[in-house]
Amino acid sequence: MTTTRKAQGGAVQRANYTTVFGSLADHQKGGVELIADDARHYAFSNIFDVASKAIAWDRVAVAKNWEYVLETIRAEGTSPWYAAAHDEFAICMDDGDAEVLVELVKPDSPVAPEGSEGAVLLHTEPVGRPMGRIHLKRGHQALLPKGAAYRFVKQGAAGVLLIQTIGGALTQYRWADICQTV
Amino acid sequence: MTIQIDNVHQSEEANADGYREFALGEFTFKRDEFFVYIGWPTGEHMMSADSFLRALQRDVAWDFFYGIVNFDGVFGTLNHYGTVDIFAGRFNESYRKAELDYSENMETPRIRATFEAILDDWTNESFDPFASPHETGSAFGLKNGSNTAAVTRQRVAADRMVGVPGDEQVRSDDSGYPVNRMFADVDQSEPVIEVEPGFEDEVAAFSLFAYLSRSNVTWNPSVVSVCKDSLACPTTEEYILPIIHGNDRVEWFVQLSDQITWEVEDRDTGAVRARVTMRAGDVSAMPADIRHQGYSPKRSMLLVWENNSEKIPEAIASGKAPTYPIEF
Ligand SMILES: [Fe+2]
Repeated sequence: MTTTRKAQGGAVQRANYTTVFGSLADHQKGGVELIADDARHYAFSNIFDVASKAIAWDRVAVAKNWEYVLETIRAEGTSPWYAAAHDEFAICMDDGDAEVLVELVKPDSPVAPEGSEGAVLLHTEPVGRPMGRIHLKRGHQALLPKGAAYRFVKQGAAGVLLIQTIGGALTQYRWADICQTV
Repeated sequence: MTIQIDNVHQSEEANADGYREFALGEFTFKRDEFFVYIGWPTGEHMMSADSFLRALQRDVAWDFFYGIVNFDGVFGTLNHYGTVDIFAGRFNESYRKAELDYSENMETPRIRATFEAILDDWTNESFDPFASPHETGSAFGLKNGSNTAAVTRQRVAADRMVGVPGDEQVRSDDSGYPVNRMFADVDQSEPVIEVEPGFEDEVAAFSLFAYLSRSNVTWNPSVVSVCKDSLACPTTEEYILPIIHGNDRVEWFVQLSDQITWEVEDRDTGAVRARVTMRAGDVSAMPADIRHQGYSPKRSMLLVWENNSEKIPEAIASGKAPTYPIEF
């Protein structure tokens, strides 16, 4: 039986609501219903759908506005080390019922060239001072600060990250594969 | 008789229903128990008082936002970032064909002051224009008190990210932001952060979902993280977006929870183009030549992602940049 309570506006509302988040294991994609348009104009995709088909730590663009992108990452195991010459941000969209760990190091000498755009891959462990670690659960957002080196660790089931950044050498564009086209 | 206070032209006396009347350029604004009456040299238009106040609240709170804020198919504002066009029928094919459309360009401070004054005078104590219909009483009736605290809520805008020392801070019961009834099941735990000495300003994280669960407004994007001109502007949505937003650039939506359906129309004519249904995890662009209105059956979390660059509107209007985001 549905339990209810009175809303301030006078109507009857539920006493309890269920908030629906998505995950790798459980997501339901919506879509574009065309009346007089081209589906490609909307570049419609789903973060979890993209991550479910991705190789771990690939940075796949799901949104692009001029030089800026949002990248989806399938988080599984331990990532390479990255750095950027500007702030980036990571939102944990799926923690795989555990956590995504962010490790931050301040390199002794800058890794990402000043003025460069997007994440840069480090081919070796960064040499510098540890800055700290952040434990991300679903819905948590972390700053990946300009000039820091960072990597992610995801133990157990795969998770999903959404990265706010600038398109760079590591950004993968697979629009035709991930977007609704008709 | 009208008087001028702080650049706002308003009637000295309230009308029979208790509301002041306003003038802005050649536009006039009146309300009674149920309706708002907007006049201009070539026409007049009526809107429901509650729809008008909900739209006006967004236009004021967003400081005219990006591009066009259509209050409905006739009346609205077009932002030029320093000046604002106030228009009637301009993005309505029939009005334009009949040459009944009208628009005036104003300095932003002038239209802002007038709109703020109308919003404050016409909002009764029973009504909160930012709230969903479940969370507020009626907008209608004779003038009955005011709700200045609700209509002057500050829009939140982080400089770097919410939770960074010195920046916008997370919301809590103590800071006056209880968890919304429709997000009572959202986990409230904050991330565990281990910081080495000296890096307190740079090692930062917060729970975005908990932050949004405590938003006390609907359809009011606020900036939580900034990468140069890339602004993450999440918002909580319930019921209907009270305006029809016309883009002057591509914007992007990431549905974080639940579901929103967007009705998408041609920006200039209002002809229907598409319906976009977004569920948790869905990502969709909104092209630069459309207008859209969202419908959220349950309070939901939406990440609106904007490019704040001032060069974009001109590049798109002049055809130098495409109206859609990606060629593929
Ligand atoms: Fe919009």
